[in-house]
Amino acid sequence: MEPRSRSYREGAGAAAPLAIAVVAFGVSFGLLARAEGWGWAAPIVMSATTFAGSAQFATVSVLGTGGTVTAAIASALLLNARYAPIGVSVAPFFEGPAWSRFLHAQLVVDESWAIAAEGHGRFNARMLIGAGLLLYVAWVAGTAIGSVGGEVLGDPESLGLDAAFPALFLALLVPQIRDRRTLTAAVLGAAIALALTPFAPAGVPIIAASAACLLGLRRR
Amino acid sequence: MSDAWISVAVVGVGTIAVKALGPVALGGRPLPERLTGVIELLAPALLAALVAVQAFGAERSLVVDERLIGLAAAGIALWRKAPILVVLVVAAATTALARLIA
Repeated sequence: MEPRSRSYREGAGAAAPLAIAVVAFGVSFGLLARAEGWGWAAPIVMSATTFAGSAQFATVSVLGTGGTVTAAIASALLLNARYAPIGVSVAPFFEGPAWSRFLHAQLVVDESWAIAAEGHGRFNARMLIGAGLLLYVAWVAGTAIGSVGGEVLGDPESLGLDAAFPALFLALLVPQIRDRRTLTAAVLGAAIALALTPFAPAGVPIIAASAACLLGLRRR
Repeated sequence: MSDAWISVAVVGVGTIAVKALGPVALGGRPLPERLTGVIELLAPALLAALVAVQAFGAERSLVVDERLIGLAAAGIALWRKAPILVVLVVAAATTALARLIA
């Protein structure tokens, strides 16, 4: 029993340095959502239910740049579509009844998934849950600090926080570029989005850019 | 109901469902190989599009402004293997400084 009970703690321990960054991300999410007129509660509810940074930032920024609700939702859900294959990859290692697998699945984020990877397609569910729980608390608490304390901190643009958006997505993009295929998809996605920005409603360029993933239909 | 709350509700329910799909319904059976190949490329394509639009987009036009200086600084920080928190602080601080000077 001893090694098993340690695994939750090991997962949380591995996620601890990340948790500090996640609190900061949460603060900036709460801050930016508040600045876009979301009020204090909606950002916190979103962090507690969606628990997926890039999709949440995308939702706020699409709405904030005049995009429609449909475009915002579509962008966020397209960004989170990766959790379908990620969920499948960890499914064999989630034991217990369906409701417990359902709850554990909510703790899957890119970081907890990466921490739980043991190589050769194997994942340690306890590491994932330990890491995921810590990151969840960090994300929701950070969001609460940002959205409730938002007005104290001043104008996000004078603080350069709008530049933190592309920097954040760049930081999330870099580890995704693993080979020529992923690099081609990234370049094509950016090119489609930039080409459509002057002509299409806000949000649509992002959705259209997802067509770049159809490159994956080609035989390797 | 405001646009923000509608988005929070739909994105929340959608994300919870997508995350639960594999562990609850599929029981660990892998997706067909060709579909996996497509979904693998979704994250790089969308994240790159977000970088581009967030850095250059403004109300249906492309502009070059202080955000690009911040993004370039963030790129250097990433290349120097800086932690993600440092990357964000560098991007924000550089942009804020550029605006102060401009």
